[in-house]
Amino acid sequence: MSMSLLESFKQYSGISKSGINNQKTSTFGDTEAIGKGRFWSIVSVFTLAIVWHFGSTLGFINPIFWPAPSTVWQQFITISQDGYRGFTLWEHIWASLYRILVGFSLGCLVGIPLGFAMGLSEKVRGWFDPIVEFFRPIPPLAFIPLVIIWSGIGERSKILLIFFAALWIMVIAARAGVSSIKLNKIHAAHSLGANKRQILQHVILPNSLPEIFTGMRVAMGVCWGTVVAAELVAANSGVGYMIMVASKFLATDIVVLGVIIVGLIGYSIDIIMRKIEAKLIPWKGKS
Amino acid sequence: MSALNANHISMTFDEPNGNRVEALQDVSFNLKRGELLAILGPSGCGKSTLLNIIAGFLAPTSGAVLNGNTKLTHSGPDRGMVFQQGALFEWMNVAENIAFGPKMAGVSSEDTSKIVDDLLDTVGLQDFGDKAIYELSGGMQQRVALARCLANNPDIILMDEPLGALDALTREKMQSLVLKLWKETGKTIILITHSVEEALFLGERLFVMAPRPGRIKQEYHLPFAEEGLTKDPREVKTSAEFIAKREEVLSMIWGMEEEIMGNNQAVGI
Repeated sequence: MSMSLLESFKQYSGISKSGINNQKTSTFGDTEAIGKGRFWSIVSVFTLAIVWHFGSTLGFINPIFWPAPSTVWQQFITISQDGYRGFTLWEHIWASLYRILVGFSLGCLVGIPLGFAMGLSEKVRGWFDPIVEFFRPIPPLAFIPLVIIWSGIGERSKILLIFFAALWIMVIAARAGVSSIKLNKIHAAHSLGANKRQILQHVILPNSLPEIFTGMRVAMGVCWGTVVAAELVAANSGVGYMIMVASKFLATDIVVLGVIIVGLIGYSIDIIMRKIEAKLIPWKGKS
Repeated sequence: MSALNANHISMTFDEPNGNRVEALQDVSFNLKRGELLAILGPSGCGKSTLLNIIAGFLAPTSGAVLNGNTKLTHSGPDRGMVFQQGALFEWMNVAENIAFGPKMAGVSSEDTSKIVDDLLDTVGLQDFGDKAIYELSGGMQQRVALARCLANNPDIILMDEPLGALDALTREKMQSLVLKLWKETGKTIILITHSVEEALFLGERLFVMAPRPGRIKQEYHLPFAEEGLTKDPREVKTSAEFIAKREEVLSMIWGMEEEIMGNNQAVGI
């Protein structure tokens, strides 16, 4: 009755392709037929872990440049128990996450309505177009010196930077969301008796959700990168701060630990965003 | 009783290259309440422009659309519209799409759900109220579009090639549905189509339009829609009169095409 371990692994990893995909003879470029590829993801992670482990234990890798996994793990245990530089590991992680959440939310709060206004009104679009297009390509990190002069190295400077990073992305996403509507839908809503406010609320807004969500995913990635980089320059807590301080003491095990934490959290954020997207916008890409 | 009055409608616009296009030239007609008017014509004859003017999405260069003595200048719930495709709201399920008009008008939720249930029944989608739009076939989506339009109880239903994107078999079934709805609701319908057969079968009254300038070339009063209500559609469409009319209209449209091609050759295209 019970599936063998191998069977369940095959099913989970997506090696056992079901249905018609098994029968396809031409799969090049067919994204459906190549399955989920999870098996190879697992192999890839294991291979990297094994190479890292043996590379260190057999002495191919100099631990000063890249410490062994066991050392990093040991550091992880120590820091998660004793903390680092006056804060626990969770406080460092939370410090970075908090800055992102506040800055990102503010960016959405200002950016989405502004993008909508730009998508709906010629005047607003004309007025803000040069501003948005000018600031958009500037990496937010270029503002670090200014932001430090304005607000010091406290929370406010980081949040301001994250806000900047998210703002332009969200403006453009919301503007694209408004322009993506088919005239048919607006006409249909008009002839069904909807007024302007109702069309905005029930037609334009939901229709733009896929673009807004794509924007949010991109913005989240940029924000995470920005906060870590900002903490490398000026901060007194956060994952980036951990990395920066550790590097000054040549503690590469902590640096690598920090890098892995940054990677894992960034990855988790994207997975969570994708889950929310699938739940909220099931029609995306299907019409 | 007149439902709609098109009064000397002309529409000209300038193309980007400076050419002046006469999309419609002095189009006038009177539509009686409960009439089913089909409009047929080659591409560029202005039939979609005419429908958009009647719907109130475009203002004519001159002339007016009247309902009794009232000039219709904007779109409104009195003129419902059914599009070819892509006008349903994907973020709502089938029932919510149909409920859109009543909900916007502030009809109570009990009354709305009764309207929705009745209409799901009418268009043959009883068990599909909870389904998402993208789960439905093209034919089913058009059934939802018809139901959504009817839910608002409009005086006139404007259909812009509503069956144009469907396969041949689904299209035949949907033609019968349109006839059934027309009979049951007694609505005034204007239907635009590319298909000669569809225009003859559905149009109790038929305008064949000609391009450059867009105008009504010929008007017919046809018995086939009435026949289609009681008889088998295939029987109607294979009758001698139907075939004769079809050939007559087809050769008229071929004539227009040749005229256009001839003109183009004359100016060296």
